[in-house]
Amino acid sequence: MNRILSVIVNNKPGVLNRITGLFLRKNFNIQSITVGPTEVEGLSRMTFVIKSEDSRIVEQVMKQLHKQIDVLKVSDITDSAVVARELVLIKVYSPAPQRAEVKHLIEPFRASILDVGRETITVEATGKSDKIEALIALLRPYGIKEMARTGLTAFTREADTVGEVAKINRNLVI
Amino acid sequence: MSTNLHEAVAGAATATATMSGSKMLLEALRQEHVEVIFGYPGGAVLNLYDAIFDGGISHVLTRHEQGAVHAAEGYARVTGRPGVVIATSGPGATNLVTGIADAMMDSLPLVVITGQVATTLIGSDAFQEASIVGITMPITKHNYQVRTVEDLPRIIKEAFHIATHGRPGPVLVDLPKDVTAAMGSFNYDAPVRLPGYQPTIIPHKRQIRKLGQAIREAKQPVILAGAGILHAKASKELVSFAERFQIPVVNTLLGLGAFPGNHPLWLGMGGMHGTFAANTALHEADLLINIGARFDDRLTGNLDHFAQNALVAHIDVDPAELGKNVATDIPIVGDAREALSMLLKEPPSSQDAGPWRERLQGLKKEYPFWYQEDDESLKPQRVVEMIHEVSAGDAVIVTDVGQHQMWAAQFYPFLKPRQWVTSGGLGTMGFGLPAAIGAQVGLPQKPVFAILGDGGFQMTLQELQVLKDYELPVKVVIINNFALGMVRQWQELFYSERYSHSLLPSQPDFVKLAGAFGIPGVRIASRQELQRVLVDSMTMKGPILMDCRVNEAENVYPMVAPGKGIHEMVGVRP
Repeated sequence: MNRILSVIVNNKPGVLNRITGLFLRKNFNIQSITVGPTEVEGLSRMTFVIKSEDSRIVEQVMKQLHKQIDVLKVSDITDSAVVARELVLIKVYSPAPQRAEVKHLIEPFRASILDVGRETITVEATGKSDKIEALIALLRPYGIKEMARTGLTAFTREADTVGEVAKINRNLVI
Repeated sequence: MSTNLHEAVAGAATATATMSGSKMLLEALRQEHVEVIFGYPGGAVLNLYDAIFDGGISHVLTRHEQGAVHAAEGYARVTGRPGVVIATSGPGATNLVTGIADAMMDSLPLVVITGQVATTLIGSDAFQEASIVGITMPITKHNYQVRTVEDLPRIIKEAFHIATHGRPGPVLVDLPKDVTAAMGSFNYDAPVRLPGYQPTIIPHKRQIRKLGQAIREAKQPVILAGAGILHAKASKELVSFAERFQIPVVNTLLGLGAFPGNHPLWLGMGGMHGTFAANTALHEADLLINIGARFDDRLTGNLDHFAQNALVAHIDVDPAELGKNVATDIPIVGDAREALSMLLKEPPSSQDAGPWRERLQGLKKEYPFWYQEDDESLKPQRVVEMIHEVSAGDAVIVTDVGQHQMWAAQFYPFLKPRQWVTSGGLGTMGFGLPAAIGAQVGLPQKPVFAILGDGGFQMTLQELQVLKDYELPVKVVIINNFALGMVRQWQELFYSERYSHSLLPSQPDFVKLAGAFGIPGVRIASRQELQRVLVDSMTMKGPILMDCRVNEAENVYPMVAPGKGIHEMVGVRP
């Protein structure tokens, strides 16, 4: 099954390299990865989606991640209440006669049209992964010319973990 | 060497001062009480070597960077202090890789400084450029590249902190040439601030109580003591713990010396070439208390047969070790000494484990390590025994990797910590000679024996010159069987005696070779000669090389064949 790991790291060169190297050792193929700044300066959040059936190996990867000096927090948020979103851009074959049909189709997904060409339109949609999958499935028969997905970014509801880490960061003197 | 050290420390600057990056590094090393650097110069570290030229910290010049890093490992192992290495960029840095990986596997604290091309050239495939930070990422505990001179003092301080706190390990700091030339302000007083590195030292009380309860209920308990005991300086506590609860002790290969080898509760080394008593204990225990060992495959054998009926408690300062190879019932994260001190306050056992202990002690007597003496040839095991005799059990024994390493582990009973230097996890041939150099530098007053195979010796033999240069009285004992003995043994047992490239019939004359390095060399083929030379060697001021021509057919026994459980030992008796 897919597991979502949320990792707070120092925003420094090489950190991504250190982390993906650990996944390599355990032969994990990363399904998706997103990285971006958090509300605390100098800290980034990485969201990994990995496929694994063996919870012991996932636990081992989390421990190895946590050993990294530049990793401040590692959580497996798969089974937590989370807010999770990804973004997709789809360039779909859509000559003038079909255009209205495609527009109509994407409406319930709250997708928007970003670009219109002679033969294609580019659709943008945001949502949980299953919604994105559904949209792709619907558009596929029309002919998808190009597609780009960002991968999932997520955090747990309510508790603000980055804030906690920042607190440690400020108060900590060894 | 030591007089330099004390002057240097006394002269350490404390206030903020302006100086070059090179001077900063040296000043930082002084403040870390570093007494010796193992290194090799080159273009990208010319600035550093210019600062070293001013003196203050000793420098041991090896003949290859790999020699420097293994020497630093030997030094770290016997002193418990971080070993410091300097090498230049590119090939200098890549030559360190094996030693860094070795230190990572065996948790040895190293601070490795590599030169790098100037920041303006990084990434341009400049002369002697290699991305050593990228290369060593998976084999260091952490690594850094210093991009501005202002960061240098902080990074060096962090490097020492990380290398020595929690589970020790190697930290690499890559120093571009322009950074070592640049001027900046040096202040070493700021405390280390690493929110991402907060090792748990004090174990959780509830887990300790849980283990205490398990000990009270166990009828067949055993302690597996690893090198974590040595790193935590917890040998005394281990002895008190074993004695208080009367629990037999098995050592890992790297844990030898953590528990006295003459103690009635000691069962010996466990694993592939361990004692039958130790492996029986691990196999049949109802409570296995692992303290600072990592359940390496050479110890456990086939995991399907390992400690199947035991409740497994595992104490380790590195939480990633818990449950990694063996499912753990009572995980305890923390420092071994802290954990043992807390466990000593637990009430004593109500169960009578007497019959279990007596049975194991009986097995230990019934199935000791053995070999058959013969009058025709010198037996390698006898060589180790004689080294034990002439050194009264008090020598530092450094080995390479292979058969001789196992014989040294089997036939030299270690009584104290820091007597035993070997490459366990990575199994690095070529480790022994340079590691012995580091051990002798760290403990100048102790007799140091480098017990080497003829194969491993030939991988780093250029370091003999270092013994000569510094007149280090290391006794180099080559267990010469004209073969890569362990490979040959496996080919004999598991590959139908097809000795593919494991025999070394053509060899240099090691005695003449020693002579070429200005070191006395002796060829030894009998016990009488060995006895005489060993006795003489104990009073020699400088090094000596002994080329011991041993029985070439000898194998290491007992043995757990690959894929077998540790209870399925072969060769437990003649």
